[in-house]
Amino acid sequence: MVKFLPLKEAVAENLKDGDTVAFEGFTHLIPTAAAHEAIRQGFRDLTLIRMTPDLIYDQMIGMGMAKKIVFSYVGNPGVGLLRRARDAIENGFPRPIEVEEHSHAGMANAYEAGAAGLPCAVFRGYRGAGLAAVNPNIKSITCPFTGEVLAAVPAIRPDVTFIHAQKADRKGNVLVEGIIGIQKEAVLAAKRAVVTVEEVVDNFDDLHPNLTVLPRWTIAAISVVPGGSHPSYAHGYYARDNAAYLEWDEIAADREKFQAWMQANVIEKSADDFADRVEHLRKAA
Amino acid sequence: MSDNQSPLGFTPNEMMTIAASRALRNDDVCFVGIGAPSAACNVARLTHAPDITLIYESGTIGTAPDVLPLSIGDGELCETAVTTVAVPEMFRYWLQGGRISIGFLGAAQLDKFGNINTTVIGDYFHPKTRLPGGGGAPEIATSSKEVYITMAQTRRGMVEKIDFFTSFGHGNGGDHRKRLGIDTAGPTLLITDLAIWKPDPVTKEFTVVSLHPGVSRQQVQETCGWVVKFAEALDETPAPSELELKTLRDLQARTKAAHEGTGKEKAA
Repeated sequence: MVKFLPLKEAVAENLKDGDTVAFEGFTHLIPTAAAHEAIRQGFRDLTLIRMTPDLIYDQMIGMGMAKKIVFSYVGNPGVGLLRRARDAIENGFPRPIEVEEHSHAGMANAYEAGAAGLPCAVFRGYRGAGLAAVNPNIKSITCPFTGEVLAAVPAIRPDVTFIHAQKADRKGNVLVEGIIGIQKEAVLAAKRAVVTVEEVVDNFDDLHPNLTVLPRWTIAAISVVPGGSHPSYAHGYYARDNAAYLEWDEIAADREKFQAWMQANVIEKSADDFADRVEHLRKAA
Repeated sequence: MSDNQSPLGFTPNEMMTIAASRALRNDDVCFVGIGAPSAACNVARLTHAPDITLIYESGTIGTAPDVLPLSIGDGELCETAVTTVAVPEMFRYWLQGGRISIGFLGAAQLDKFGNINTTVIGDYFHPKTRLPGGGGAPEIATSSKEVYITMAQTRRGMVEKIDFFTSFGHGNGGDHRKRLGIDTAGPTLLITDLAIWKPDPVTKEFTVVSLHPGVSRQQVQETCGWVVKFAEALDETPAPSELELKTLRDLQARTKAAHEGTGKEKAA
């Protein structure tokens, strides 16, 4: 059953060295505070899964925590490349990493299959695409009814998934709204899920029942971390810090600058610092 | 871009964006790729195609952003959309389901058959440069009814042979798509900063059909890595109208202001 825990304990209880882990969020609601806590606790040999690795995986890869990444777009959205990830892929710095690359459609279908308890996902994809030749986890399957040849990829089943969401109620049910991305599938596909939220409310009685809600029994731990998705955003709470994404390009371009930034902004900080980071981005009520 | 004007009163990039916007119709359902396509699609929406349906892969359907999103998942896209769906639904029902008329893509490397590489420069396993990769593009390229491509011409970008097939265009040309069981039309239009290109009906090789104002055949060839074919009846692209230019420049000015407005220095 779900536990409300400080983020430090929620991460320590649910993540282990060598785990396969997804920190999901499709541009919106990226679980940055949880990723930073994982970096502070110094996990090693992780297999990092995410459709759009973004800044937090650039940071984790740059800190040498990943042995493998599974992804579909290894860029800084709207800005360019992820320079720490590139350094690892191109130069093996700070350590070589294994790469498993898919398309968005492939990853989305694989998460859905994981949530559905299926061994693989079947879809019309990768036709003529070079990825099928370099990724042995992209295979094909023939429809037994029509004879159409379709793509097949193995289901994604993380040991643990981290997401950020707008709110939890006192019982531990979690609400996600806005761009909902792949978070619900990533939680339901995982053995354990940890959710950071902007706030806890008494109940969801006045909300529309069609909103995306993850029932409390699908979640291992909830931590309240206002601002916890900075520099991404939380719909209804604060805006995306586009300037921080632009700045990251310069920080990550230089190995020493990156280390200094990580020391000052991650290692020597805590989850409590996130509230201040989004103060100037908060929407007028 | 407006700070680098040619004597014509507009830049090649502005001409490219506006020419691309003109190719979109009011009843199109357009899957908008990251980068240059986004500006063209929104200029179309703000000028001749007010009811065009713009879809971004983050799940926003029928979005009408006031500023260009920096990423495909900016809050503005959701706030102005008709609806926002989960990413699996986006790719399964809407794209794979055949409901997209135009997939609008950019390219890092492009060949004359409209095959696109945004994955690696060099060998895949030992890349010289690791690019972001395909994202939604591999399936946008095969499941959209047609594909439009837009990019600025360079010899590095427009190459005889791409290093990696991120998104399949016409393969080796001819009926290659059909032979792979792909039943959509593929790339039907390429708009660069110098010209408008369409595939030859038989060979599927991109052929220049219209030169932008002031552009020579030689310029097109000098900035292209393959031997360029020109149509017999070569048109000149109409110059941007005042409305088109103003719409694009206003959009870019609003976008610049909005993205600077979230800077940390402003918080202090």
